[in-house]
Amino acid sequence: MTTHAIDNIRNFAIVAHIDHGKSTLADRLIQTTGGLAERDMVEQVLDSMDIERERGITIKAQTVRLGYRAKDGRDYVLNLMDTPGHVDFAYEVSRSLAACEGSLLVVDASQGVEAQTLANVYQALDANHEIVPILNKIDLPAAEPERIKEQIEDVIGLDASQAVPISAKTGLNIDLVLEAVVARLPPPKGDEAAPLKALLVDSWYDAYLGVVVLVRVVDGVLKKHQRIKLMATDAHHEVDRIGVFTPKMMDVGALGPGEIGFITAQIKQVADTRVGDTITDEKRPTAAPLPGFKPAQPVVFCGLFPVDAAEFEDLRAAVGRLRLNDASFSYEMETSAALGFGFRCGFLGLLHLEIIQERLEREFNLDLIATAPSVIYKIRLRDGTEIDLHNPVDMPDPTRIELIREPWIQATILTPDDYLGAVLKLCQDRRGVQIDLNYVGKRAMVTYDLPLNEVVFDFYDRLKSVSKGYASFDYHLTDYREADLVKMQILVNGEPVDALSMLVHRARAEGRGRAMCEKLKDLIPPHMFQIPVQAAIGAKIIARETIRALRKDVTAKCYGGDVTRKRKLLEKQKEGKKRMRQFGKVEIPQAAFIAALKMDA
Amino acid sequence: MGSTAHRDSGFGVYVHWPFCTSKCPYCDFNSHVRQKVDEGRFVAAYRAEIAHRARLAPGRRVTSIFFGGGTPSLMQPQTVAAILDEIAANWSLAKGAEITLEANPTSVEAERFRGYKAAGVNRISLGVQALNDADLKALGRLHSVEEAMAAVATAASIFERVSFDLIYARPGQAPWAWRAELEAALARATEHLSLYQLTIEPDTLFERLHKAGKLKVPSQEAARALWDITQEITTKHGFPAYEISNHARPGAESRHNLVYWRYGEYAGVGPGAHGRMVMAKGRRAQATERHPEMWLTTVEGEGHGLIEDELLSEEEQGDEFLLMGLRLTEGIDPDRFRALAGRALDPARVQSLISDGMVERVRGRLRVTAAGFPVLDSVVADLAA
Repeated sequence: MTTHAIDNIRNFAIVAHIDHGKSTLADRLIQTTGGLAERDMVEQVLDSMDIERERGITIKAQTVRLGYRAKDGRDYVLNLMDTPGHVDFAYEVSRSLAACEGSLLVVDASQGVEAQTLANVYQALDANHEIVPILNKIDLPAAEPERIKEQIEDVIGLDASQAVPISAKTGLNIDLVLEAVVARLPPPKGDEAAPLKALLVDSWYDAYLGVVVLVRVVDGVLKKHQRIKLMATDAHHEVDRIGVFTPKMMDVGALGPGEIGFITAQIKQVADTRVGDTITDEKRPTAAPLPGFKPAQPVVFCGLFPVDAAEFEDLRAAVGRLRLNDASFSYEMETSAALGFGFRCGFLGLLHLEIIQERLEREFNLDLIATAPSVIYKIRLRDGTEIDLHNPVDMPDPTRIELIREPWIQATILTPDDYLGAVLKLCQDRRGVQIDLNYVGKRAMVTYDLPLNEVVFDFYDRLKSVSKGYASFDYHLTDYREADLVKMQILVNGEPVDALSMLVHRARAEGRGRAMCEKLKDLIPPHMFQIPVQAAIGAKIIARETIRALRKDVTAKCYGGDVTRKRKLLEKQKEGKKRMRQFGKVEIPQAAFIAALKMDA
Repeated sequence: MGSTAHRDSGFGVYVHWPFCTSKCPYCDFNSHVRQKVDEGRFVAAYRAEIAHRARLAPGRRVTSIFFGGGTPSLMQPQTVAAILDEIAANWSLAKGAEITLEANPTSVEAERFRGYKAAGVNRISLGVQALNDADLKALGRLHSVEEAMAAVATAASIFERVSFDLIYARPGQAPWAWRAELEAALARATEHLSLYQLTIEPDTLFERLHKAGKLKVPSQEAARALWDITQEITTKHGFPAYEISNHARPGAESRHNLVYWRYGEYAGVGPGAHGRMVMAKGRRAQATERHPEMWLTTVEGEGHGLIEDELLSEEEQGDEFLLMGLRLTEGIDPDRFRALAGRALDPARVQSLISDGMVERVRGRLRVTAAGFPVLDSVVADLAA
């Protein structure tokens, strides 16, 4: 009973910056090894959500088992984990990587190393992966494989001399990729005679099968009808289905060491499984569990409210459904004077927020208003208690506060030299502290420490706009730092609009308040009376604009032949009013909330 | 009372004559320019339409008839007579029914006034539009100020009841100039004036010019100043507004137009005419084919020209009632709104408008105040919501 190499298996992930061709390469590998009939092939096979295919991103990790007869004449089982590329889903990446021994690092041969390439490759190195660099898109005229190889060596410190030049789009050299997987990535190790020890890599809810659990067997054998125990939760189940993805689900009798597959076991909900948990045999448990993962923590929060208050119950049902499959997304009910009933939701990052919002609108047909994104502030009160503040509305009276700390991130930005000045200015404006600046070929790589609350507010859009889309960006949370933060409120006609209040650095409050008032002045239509729009810190007004009263708004002619047309206009107006929020006597169009919150100071 | 109130407002018949000598650049009415019109064929079609409407709503007592257009003063007096005879034959005509005809104030048309009077017309409404020759030209009108004033005088000598229209807030019109023009108009007015602010209507020449930046209309603020002047001067001369754009000596209001604003019952005949008739299942919104010759062949083929005939829902009736009724200084009866709309007005919205001074309650009625009228569209939208 000893651990040995399982020579015919290779478990590997593909890591890449967004758009560098990861999903296309996965498609080609599936096609070449015959995983799917030609007629079943669609682009981005593993990205099953519409939103993934449309945006060309991967949100959920997916796995597929490929059968491959190598040049040495032997048959191999290759388990491919397709991982998300975006920072928000870094936790998905890290647990997928933990189920593999090696990674293919895909780099676009014309664009070169990007911020996410770095973040992901470092994660793969942390997971002790063997890494095979792949240069993709070499069929493009702009491809410079030799220069990119140098870049990989300089920036990442990997030997790129054996990098495989391919075109995932045309299928060029896909066979060389498969050979490199077999020859250069290590096989998994395990002991089939030892007690069962398997990693719970992921789980999701399937409408037909219930909860499906993705597992990687380390030691022992996982079989159908076996009684198992999830060690962290001490839940006991019987395996009723066991199989692998080809990428279609295919039942197998058992999974041995080194193998990746799925089980179902009458588990009621995703929340009953803990990603990173160890699965073992109920009667003959393993001595020590696997180290597991830290659960993903939401870092960005915002309120989501239905545009039509009558849709609140639909929203409740929809967030519940999404949560079934995305344990990283959290929500609790929230009431806003301006927006009515909704949910305060926590996300892994801004992309995650955007994706959840888009899925709610698209898959559940809801119209939503999202409030300003916020982060978790740590507040120490004078009486010594510490509180976590997720919502500016809940901010205690300033006289009770001893200090406020806010989360900081470390950001890595790669940008063409031409835009460096603008990128540095943006970071400085956002209270950034420069940590490092050097060059990767012709591109500058800057490292900045930044307060997260400055980043959640439109930073990514601004970065894309000042760099004409060329800068790439990645970040990770570092620490909490004390800051002079104040709660800025927006008053419309003298009434605070809770959905628009935000915590902001004192030095930035006036500028942001002024910009917000100016924006709202244009977004709120004139009423029959004059409306002051003010930004305030406590009782102190820091900015003010006035929406002048309507002076003339009357149809000159209206006789018998005009009634139908005027009635139809009135119906439209009434419909429009339904989509506005009554605030005191002022009606604020939902577009005003959305636009005001998008604005950049 | 909600179900019979439309009867209290009378029963009007609107006759649309769709032809004009030329098309005015601001006008979006259903008007067409033709070299020659076969009036005989049209008369037959009008008669068929009248008979058709009388079958839908038999036994009505007609309290007013209105010839609008287009330019009805291009009709032969005998055409007008034939139509009036047909109305009288199919329904009963109330004693002293108001019969209005819209006319262009040219000398040619003024010559037909006696003929119209003989046919039964007892009220003339003249499209004077401006008392300034340059502006008349800019508005595409074919008459001069002098000719228009002569036509007003001729009309006044023939008809007991005469009204004329002016358009104000014209491009570049200064407050002092409008003041003077309005004073001059009131000196000539007998009992009724319609004073319309120039509106840029869709699909007109003025709209194209406006979009191209070649036509500048007064700002909201300037238009408001002209509105205020209008109210001040007409009131001073005993011609207070009884509707947004209509002013009369007390008792001289247009009874036909009051049928619309009081949300009464009316039949519409002719190309592009609208009607509101209360039938077995409720109030119907009706409209005919707009294009004159197509209307003609439709009527000849089917016995009527209706292409829209829809039962109005309670909410739609409530909307129309507010839209029309709040234009009047007499306001509306909230109970009638409830009867029509099947719901009461939102008390919170009413209260808020009252506290802002936009509407007021007077002897059980709800009416818009002097401050509310210039922003009536917003007031109506608020109350209707």
